[in-house]
Amino acid sequence: MIPVLLILIPLLGGLSAFFIKNEKSSRIWTLLISLIVLVFGVYGVTLKAGAAGLTYNGEWMQALGGSFSVALDGMGQLLCLLTAIGFPLIFAATWNNTYKNANRFFALMLLSQAGLMGVFVAMDALLFYFFWELALIPVYFLCSQWGGEDRIRVTFKFFIYTFVGSVLMLIGILYLQSQTPDHSFSIYSFYKLELSPNTQSWLFWLFFAAFAIKMPVWPLHTWQPDTYEKSPGAVTMVLSGIMVKMGVLGLIRWLLPVFPVAAYSWGDVVGTLCIIGIIYASLIAIRQDDIRRLIAYSSIAHIGLMCLAVFSANESGMQGVMIQMFNHGINIIGLWILADIIEKKYGTRKMSGLGGLAQQAPVMSIFFVIIALANIALPLTNGFVGEFLMFNGVINTASNYYFIFIIGAGMGIILGAVYTLNMVRKTFYGANIVPSSGMPDLSWNEKLALSVIVIIILILGVYPQLFLNISEDISKMIVNKVDVRGLISK
Amino acid sequence: MNALILSAIFGVLMMFSGVMLKQKASVRNIACTGMALLLIAVLLEMKGVVLFNVNTTGMLSFTRFTLVFNAIIFFSTFIYLLLSAREMENVGVNYAEFFALIFFILCGVVLVTAFKSLLILFLGIEIISIPLYILTGSDKRNLKSNEASLKYFLMGAFSTGIMLMGIALLYGARGSFATDFSDLMTAEKPSPLLIGGILLILFSMAFKVSAVPFHFWTPDVYDGAPTVFTSFMATIVKVAVFVGFIRLFNDSFDETQKQWRFVIAIITAATLLVGNITAVFQQSVKRMLAYSSIAQAGFMLLAVYAMNSDSWEGLLLYAAAYCFATIGIFAVLAKMNDITFSGFNGLGKKDPLVAGTLSVFLFSLAGIPLTAGFLAKFYMLKAALSVNGSLWLVILAVLMAAVSVSYYFKVLQAMYFKEPDISSDQTVIQAFKQPVFRWSLIVLAVFIILLGLFPGLLLTWYYF
Repeated sequence: MIPVLLILIPLLGGLSAFFIKNEKSSRIWTLLISLIVLVFGVYGVTLKAGAAGLTYNGEWMQALGGSFSVALDGMGQLLCLLTAIGFPLIFAATWNNTYKNANRFFALMLLSQAGLMGVFVAMDALLFYFFWELALIPVYFLCSQWGGEDRIRVTFKFFIYTFVGSVLMLIGILYLQSQTPDHSFSIYSFYKLELSPNTQSWLFWLFFAAFAIKMPVWPLHTWQPDTYEKSPGAVTMVLSGIMVKMGVLGLIRWLLPVFPVAAYSWGDVVGTLCIIGIIYASLIAIRQDDIRRLIAYSSIAHIGLMCLAVFSANESGMQGVMIQMFNHGINIIGLWILADIIEKKYGTRKMSGLGGLAQQAPVMSIFFVIIALANIALPLTNGFVGEFLMFNGVINTASNYYFIFIIGAGMGIILGAVYTLNMVRKTFYGANIVPSSGMPDLSWNEKLALSVIVIIILILGVYPQLFLNISEDISKMIVNKVDVRGLISK
Repeated sequence: MNALILSAIFGVLMMFSGVMLKQKASVRNIACTGMALLLIAVLLEMKGVVLFNVNTTGMLSFTRFTLVFNAIIFFSTFIYLLLSAREMENVGVNYAEFFALIFFILCGVVLVTAFKSLLILFLGIEIISIPLYILTGSDKRNLKSNEASLKYFLMGAFSTGIMLMGIALLYGARGSFATDFSDLMTAEKPSPLLIGGILLILFSMAFKVSAVPFHFWTPDVYDGAPTVFTSFMATIVKVAVFVGFIRLFNDSFDETQKQWRFVIAIITAATLLVGNITAVFQQSVKRMLAYSSIAQAGFMLLAVYAMNSDSWEGLLLYAAAYCFATIGIFAVLAKMNDITFSGFNGLGKKDPLVAGTLSVFLFSLAGIPLTAGFLAKFYMLKAALSVNGSLWLVILAVLMAAVSVSYYFKVLQAMYFKEPDISSDQTVIQAFKQPVFRWSLIVLAVFIILLGLFPGLLLTWYYF
């Protein structure tokens, strides 16, 4: 029942928030709902995957072969936990932001949470597709209504991009369904399919297009920096922290196990795209003056590494991706919160107009440095664990080009340190000192949100086993499905 | 059979009511009641209650599909009358005659969906077309309306001629008007008469459903006709002719599929491309909807292309989804003075309810999940995908669906993300305040969402 509740609570909470006209009470209502979701999310993680409470099979759209089949496996547990933690954090950190028609803003936020939860738990392709689209609609409205200048054009580009990807995926889903013996959309029927390599090949690209646009992988990333820059802060956090994980989850759950042969034969091509993306995004990030755009490009680089590790298709890489999906979400939400605070306080997000903030806001700078270090994967932070495992995975990949991949990914890490530390230096230290904003360092709600993030960073940096245990089974399962080397050598 | 005879009777009744009754409201009420009775009559026939038993010597057959489809058509018309009957008053003086013509068109629709003989098909198409020529030109003082009517009449007459020629060739090949051609199809080499006849009929049907390259009349006619009647033409009439189309090709030419399937594929692809891409560049919402109706026809053509069990179910859903959504949008449009995109600016603030229902209609037309429009497109794609070698067509179709999002969402963007013009008058909002109008819009939106969640609600009628 847990997965159903994870969808239903934010859905109903969001719909009812439309009718709470008072801004203050709608804010409290939304936070309350997201905290209830958090309780269930944490409870879901404490159960062992496969427990009775974590699956639900309902009847829905039988005429089409669909079913309302949802379940929480290890990966779903981690991502639902990320969604459940992320939303209250975002609400808390942006507590003092004011919005026009606040009730609609919060309602749409909760609806997008419901959509995201649905994507993470759906075990039926039709249901997956439904949630995949439904998570997008509220975000489209959020960005177009409350975003910065030129928001309508930018958001529309984002919408069209993702829509094209998802309809291509729909063709793939329809074809797979017609191939299953029982004409069902269930993921387990898809897993049992044994398609010819040629069929796998074109289906692979239909699915990959959808996921690559969402993550985004170079060269399909062009919607991303604009959208992240123009969206309201809270929505950018959802987009980059949580929503991009839809694409990674798609790769792991819906792409690799269904098309193992194609994944093997196209793995090098995808890996090359990832490497180009990592280096390209890192180089552009170095040149950025705008903090928001810098974080946006750094996100492309990080996601590129995850995608590379997914296609390495071994247990270490897979485990690294699993934990890094969670870590990246937490870290990047932290970075966005800080970028948002800086912009609110100093009226600019250009690094050339900032400097020496460490003297005025020591608490903020401590938080910023810790999160920035986690972002560049320093040992004892959560980022280190994920990136280490992913690297280990890439080295042990079956590909003949692993050497190039390693160098590319290594370059990404080095460049990542360059732009992140550069940002810290220019913003918080340096000779250029901006006049005091006259505002206090950090307000209590911001401190609370950032402390939670830092605690998570440190706990997972020291004791990652906590999460690695959760995702171990599903990683092994996926890797077994993807292992086609025996098949090919025959 | 119930609906056929009753719709003709109601048509005559409406003609007399124009003379007898002076009150416009009572004419309107009679029309709506008549429509409701028609709907009930069809539902009764589905339950096995046949009021009239006429021996048609096998020229008509009322299958389950025909009845369900007629029910959808009558329900749509009923809602259409509730939404737009008041606007007809502004079009011309012969108020009652408009209703009479609509009932006659419905009579033709029943013929087109139930024919078993090429003669009946021809009769049905003509009974639909002639009242439509009149309705298109009903705004006598408007030059554009006159032009549209003349254009429609000339082009329509031309395509009718082509159809007659096709029917004549088929008669020559066989010596009978019945739609079962299986004896001719099994021959090693189909006769040139047969192939010529099929092609001519295909072209004339493509004209009637405004498929590219036979679509040139559509934008001008839809744009020139009074908005209330454009709504009727673009929805109910169009899907009815589609059903005629698919019935004809299923009953008659099933076995020569490989001969004409490629022609249909080309027409479908061209319709999707031209309809969607031209719609992007329109400034007026009415003209955009005209092109959108061409684009949607492209999707419905996928059913004719595939011709399997999915395409029948899909066509039912498509008819419902497309009619409900388009009727709703046109009903709002008919009450507005400014029919460009900027006329919708700030509607989300001025009238949240109307804007909300409009968004549901637009989502449905664009094929966003949880609306009937998504499932309709879903069925069409599924049907087409089961044909070998159709991948290019399906990919083209979904890419065009993505293009269609761009023009449907222009309306959304105007409603929600743009500020209302200061000069915009308040009379528009007043016209939206009628309770019947608001409730009808809500009913349409609820039906679209319900069908999107539980398509079984409609499809069970088809099977049981």
